[in-house]
Amino acid sequence: MSLEYTSAEMMSVTAARALENGMTCFVGIGLPSEAANLARLTHAPEVVLIYESGTLQTKPEVLPLSIGDGELCESALTTVSVPEMFRYWLQGGKVSVGFLGTAQIDRFANLNTTLIGDYHDPKVRLPGGGGAPEIATNAGEVFITLKHSKRAFVKDVDFITTLGFGRDGKGRDGVPNIGRGPTRVITDLCVMKPDPETKELVVVSLHPNVSREDVIEATGWEIRFADTLETTPEPSAHELEILRELKARTERKHAGE
Amino acid sequence: MAELLSLHDAVARYVEDGATVAMEGFTHLIPFAAGHEVIRQRKRDLTLIRMTPDLVYDQMIGAGCARKVIFSWGGNPGVGSLHRLRDAVEKGWPHKVEILEHSHAAMACAFDAGAAGLPLAVLRGYVGSELPSVNDQIKFIECPFTGERLAAVPSVRPDVSIVHAQKADRAGNVLVEGIIGVQKEAVLAAKKSIVTVEEIVEDLTTEPDYHPNACIIPGWAISAVAVAEKGSYPSYAHGYYPRDNRFYKEWDAIARDRDAFTAWIEDNVMNAGGNA
Repeated sequence: MSLEYTSAEMMSVTAARALENGMTCFVGIGLPSEAANLARLTHAPEVVLIYESGTLQTKPEVLPLSIGDGELCESALTTVSVPEMFRYWLQGGKVSVGFLGTAQIDRFANLNTTLIGDYHDPKVRLPGGGGAPEIATNAGEVFITLKHSKRAFVKDVDFITTLGFGRDGKGRDGVPNIGRGPTRVITDLCVMKPDPETKELVVVSLHPNVSREDVIEATGWEIRFADTLETTPEPSAHELEILRELKARTERKHAGE
Repeated sequence: MAELLSLHDAVARYVEDGATVAMEGFTHLIPFAAGHEVIRQRKRDLTLIRMTPDLVYDQMIGAGCARKVIFSWGGNPGVGSLHRLRDAVEKGWPHKVEILEHSHAAMACAFDAGAAGLPLAVLRGYVGSELPSVNDQIKFIECPFTGERLAAVPSVRPDVSIVHAQKADRAGNVLVEGIIGVQKEAVLAAKKSIVTVEEIVEDLTTEPDYHPNACIIPGWAISAVAVAEKGSYPSYAHGYYPRDNRFYKEWDAIARDRDAFTAWIEDNVMNAGGNA
């Protein structure tokens, strides 16, 4: 029997499953935060979640609207200053995985959160780098999650705010003390991983009822598919229940404020 | 030794036209009351430093206080753009504002270096990012011991830093609790500093919640302390009041329109008395 679920729920559950007990995860706001907390509330209760506002090992009851919501601090083991967070905990090598969202991503998993268009004459101005540039290079590896669309998945990003593998796929080669970079990209259609040689993103798993054409249609470059293309496992009833409860709790909380 | 001043007098004395001003608070304890006082006193040509320009800088920029903004993430968290910042940068209203953007790690390190009295901060940062191509304040140096290439940015040394905190005591000692951001670094990095607080107590060290590792900035390291009740509203003060998420959403519509913005500033800042 197949459960009913949305493509957004499929994305969150798949992203959550990427996290495991024993990981220390530096969490971006929005979709990564939703996935990370779903992991913590289901199969990975011991996963350590860290937010750039300085909250270490936080267990929020509801999802934060901003990176510095009081909830993150109140449910944390401890809260440190922002310089300590970036210097000791991130740069010091204590973070195994950075979990990021983005506005734009390209075939080498470079991320753009700065602007669309030319830097000095932008079409759309975005918020900027925030913590991402150093999370992506100082964390052991990086998971990325975002909704699949042609606008977001472009051949070359307009601006590299945050390094994936550079304009030629070789951006991390020979750089000392750098993380492995993006190891998977989770969307509402599929899961992608960088090719071990070229570092170009390749679809390794299609979500149920998603076709190759759906992915091709929503990607701004000639996307490649792995030789053995898998089907992403469906969400379980338990995962869906926990996710829906989490989102409902969050909505109630933020509506009441 | 911190002087206990009114917010009006503290801003009048320490914030000069053309000054470099850091108003910090990492999505918490954002010094809105002080920002509004700066707007009321019509300060001009300020270089505004802040990791996360929030509504407070949107308001100050729209009101014409800023010449330049140095930041690492400029948005209305969970809502969208800062429309006054964009209007100033893209269309020059009310006048042109220059921006210089960093990453959080670099700015956090730059505050830390400023507090430490160093001229620069060194970090393992900006690897592969194109930010150095649009910000000439980002350089790379070679570690003299290992040869590793590291990023360097100038330390933040503001003329004046302004932060908000929970409470101070009669000696001007300030307690900061919750998400402490770069509050302490901002104060210690600056030539002069103003701390606004929710309340003044007799002696922080005899308060029931005092403990030896509390984040306390000594009064002798601060220039002025001013009481500003609800001084970080609509952001929040841990232990005092929550963030007004609804206002953050409402701001989007207010800030989109120049006339709506101007009317809002008139009603809620210019004609709202000394503590709004």
